[in-house]
Amino acid sequence: MTSLPASASPRQLGLVIDLDICVGCHACAVNCKEWNTGGHMAPLTDLNAYGAKPSGVWFNRIHTFEVEGEVNAGGSGCGSSGRTVHFPKSCLHCETPDCVTVCPTGASYKRAEDGIVLVNEDKCIGCKLCSWACPYGAREFDEDVGVMKKCTLCIDRIYNENLPEIDRVPACVATCPTSARHFGDLGDPTSEISQLVQARGGYDLMPELGYRPSNKYLPPRRRDGEGNAATRAPEAAAPQPEPASAKLSPFLRWVDNLLSR
Amino acid sequence: MHPAYSVIFFTSASGGGYGLLVWLGLLGASGQLPTDRWLGFTGFAWALLMVTAGLLSSTAHLGHPERAWRAFSQWRSSWLSREGVMSVATYIPAGITAIGWVFLERVLPWSGLLMAALAILTICCTAMIYASLKTIRRWRHPLTLPCYLAIGLSSGALWLACLAPVFGAGQGVLWLAVFTLAIAGLVKLAYWYSIDHERPGSTTASATGLGSPGKVHLFAAPHTAENYLQREMGFVIARKHALKLRGIALVLGFLLPILLCLLAAQLPALPAFLALVLAVIANGAGVLTERWLFFAEARHTVMLYYGAETA
Repeated sequence: MTSLPASASPRQLGLVIDLDICVGCHACAVNCKEWNTGGHMAPLTDLNAYGAKPSGVWFNRIHTFEVEGEVNAGGSGCGSSGRTVHFPKSCLHCETPDCVTVCPTGASYKRAEDGIVLVNEDKCIGCKLCSWACPYGAREFDEDVGVMKKCTLCIDRIYNENLPEIDRVPACVATCPTSARHFGDLGDPTSEISQLVQARGGYDLMPELGYRPSNKYLPPRRRDGEGNAATRAPEAAAPQPEPASAKLSPFLRWVDNLLSR
Repeated sequence: MHPAYSVIFFTSASGGGYGLLVWLGLLGASGQLPTDRWLGFTGFAWALLMVTAGLLSSTAHLGHPERAWRAFSQWRSSWLSREGVMSVATYIPAGITAIGWVFLERVLPWSGLLMAALAILTICCTAMIYASLKTIRRWRHPLTLPCYLAIGLSSGALWLACLAPVFGAGQGVLWLAVFTLAIAGLVKLAYWYSIDHERPGSTTASATGLGSPGKVHLFAAPHTAENYLQREMGFVIARKHALKLRGIALVLGFLLPILLCLLAAQLPALPAFLALVLAVIANGAGVLTERWLFFAEARHTVMLYYGAETA
């Protein structure tokens, strides 16, 4: 049934992506591809993989944006000068996903128990209308298999009792070397990631369209503010302590330098 | 949006086919058309041929056409599913009306009216598939549905105007064609005027939540070659080409057919028929061009992540 679940549980699993610390390494996209090409929606077909125009299905893609002037994401995080922001994007598992309701066959659905949006590949006729209805580009058509594919939030990892508990997170979260990706229950205001969203001013993408995405983005922090030594202007006013050798005559200073090597 | 020929042909041909069914139903049921069995035969054959060819063509772009029957199941939420249900449901009263007209030489009014109502609803459902997508502002437009309806009804009226006089109908159908073609042309002009003066919608800034509009630019794409999303939603047509094609669509689709209808009204039967055949051909070419533009000029929000600044 492609109507949205009428009595959804408050549980809504999703991701929180920290744009402040993402370094744009694409490890999340690669690990996602590696896991999912053998997972629930397998395969993630690649066509012409070694040719001039490779084309493949990816659930996760990392865009890089250049922001001039104020980086004013969501309130708390503001920076003043221009900067480069790496921007990973996967399915946002929206609260009101039109990709589900437009599906004519019932292949697309949103799970009532945890809010994950999935595709039943056996029912999909490959009409592509769901990909037209998604503003974020989360759905990619598999030309080879003839069905639509999308992020499953690694449904075959997060509930997988064969994995150690620490590994029961989506592949992208497990692999992120800077911990820029967080996984949890966004429907529970007391959960760790809900608190993170609260504390850092996490925001929605294109809120004006009304899809109410579950995944949140954490804005980049100030780079030029206090307490950030890396980009602070050189403190010209503070006198540098003179080295003791400065008081010596040129010759002795030369000897001092020579001996100090 | 990528203009897929299967969908362009489907919406144009089925639109006209259902338009013709509407007029056969309404005018037949109200006694405005001759009940000659050959008018019934050619009228229904042409309408059902266009409808069926269009529907079959629409399955050509499916990844799994053999599963298309599943598309009748989700009419509660999906306009595409509703369109499928209505398009097939229309065949039932169309078949009954056609049998009555061809074999009994009479039009069953309740069946004709039901057929007209279902045909109108089918055109509306087709339009709503596009008009319901929030991701494409030029489709989620108050004039999308009127455009589909007016163009489908005017093509149908023109086809009837070409056929009916052969079987002894008066000039009323000619004036119906002129009137509906004029309305369709005006509605399309209003649509084009409106999308040329649209207010800015989503921007790269709102898509990323970074910076202010005009200050956020794509610096590096996620991958080196085009992906499915860019091929499907990234079609861009140069403004000057779009204007030229709009002119072609307007002249071939509406102006020329109107002039040929007016000419046919002055001519004896055979030259009038030939002029109307020419009008039908011009209208077909114009409507296909218009439908191609409907896709080519539509911009999808996903391209904000691939270098577009507004959508």
